[in-house]
Amino acid sequence: MYLDTASSEPLHPAAREVLLAALEHGYADPRRLHGPARTARLLLDNAREATAEALGVRRDEVSFTSSGTDAVHRGLLGLTRPGQVVAHSAVEHSAVLHALAWRPDLTARSAPVDRLGRVEVAALGGADVVALQAANHEVGTLQPVAAAAELGAPVFVDACAAMGRLPLPEGWTTAAGSAHKWGGPAGVGVLLVRAGAGRARWRSPFPADDRVDERVGGFENVAGALASAAALQAVVAERDETAARQRALVDLVRERVARIPDTEVVGDPDDRLPHLVTFSFLYVDGEAIVDALNRRGFEVASGSACTASTLEPSHVLAAMGALTHGNVRLSLTRDATEAEVEALCDVLPGIVAELRAEVGL
Amino acid sequence: MTGDAPRGVALELDCRAMLCPRPVIELARHVGEVPVGEVVAVVATDAAARHDVPAWCRMRGHTYLGEDLAEDGAPRYLVRRDA
Repeated sequence: MYLDTASSEPLHPAAREVLLAALEHGYADPRRLHGPARTARLLLDNAREATAEALGVRRDEVSFTSSGTDAVHRGLLGLTRPGQVVAHSAVEHSAVLHALAWRPDLTARSAPVDRLGRVEVAALGGADVVALQAANHEVGTLQPVAAAAELGAPVFVDACAAMGRLPLPEGWTTAAGSAHKWGGPAGVGVLLVRAGAGRARWRSPFPADDRVDERVGGFENVAGALASAAALQAVVAERDETAARQRALVDLVRERVARIPDTEVVGDPDDRLPHLVTFSFLYVDGEAIVDALNRRGFEVASGSACTASTLEPSHVLAAMGALTHGNVRLSLTRDATEAEVEALCDVLPGIVAELRAEVGL
Repeated sequence: MTGDAPRGVALELDCRAMLCPRPVIELARHVGEVPVGEVVAVVATDAAARHDVPAWCRMRGHTYLGEDLAEDGAPRYLVRRDA
């Protein structure tokens, strides 16, 4: 049972057919004037139109990037001017933190979060630019983007974890999304630059490229963009029904996992992403529990240090004051069933007890 | 906080070079060896201990007193047994 859609969602069936057809017909350079080029350009324009409609934004606010990370870099750094102060929540995705670290002229100011992972809005005040995620990618807690926008500074919103699953929050100046997290193919990101204030402020932080869209670089991934748009339309059309089902399943997991002794369920129980739930077991090694679940057919992620590429624990869990070891993040597919989730909840107490017994606790 | 805990350290656990969650496991195993109200110190070089020792205190009903340095400069986390 695949439980890691927050890392990457399987390709949506609506995207698969579109992708194959667009690969066949959308190969040409959309800037040229011949027939195949006009076809590619038409497909690209359709992708932009469909994406704008699904997100409730204007067509000229949408750009397709080569990844969600690329959209984050462009969306955030394009709002900054040399030497400025950027305030961000302590639980932003590493793409935001790395982008700021890459620009030594900028002063990055990290704002603390509460025990649920929600930023203190006042701590974002007094900056030239604010970077705030729509929802946290590890624990699911939604962030007060609209309140942060009232501070007056332009706001970059990393919406990668939430796009398609929830409406865009109010108040973004620029925003970023990642298609493979909603069921589109990998290699497609969405950069939004708000008409008016956003356009006046935003400058490309990277070299110009003489392509169809001046906000991005590189040859257009026409098929990927169109397939991503098809997946996004489908996901948004199904959103209310899917989210209601996923919320009920997450509530079930939270309730059952909390019964296991010395366990911490983290993130906001209500004001959160519908498909994601995170918890940590005291005395349990994160890698060991991921392995044990994998052997039983449950594929999950973990924010514990021993499962990461570095020896550092999750900066998200650390900033929340949550336990960083023994961490499990579940994120549900669109069609996850109660029986599957119950099956996971049935095996967890035994696995945790076994792993604790191995260390004499 | 300076080198001396308020009441002195009743027990110091050497968890240098142990990876998470080992330092917290050692803490759980040995906290019962000191009387309630006394201080246990965990010397740990693993980065997760800085977050996980306070989280353990919160979850198990003990008081996290803060961090100082062991003689060799390794981080030392101080816990008061409350339960």
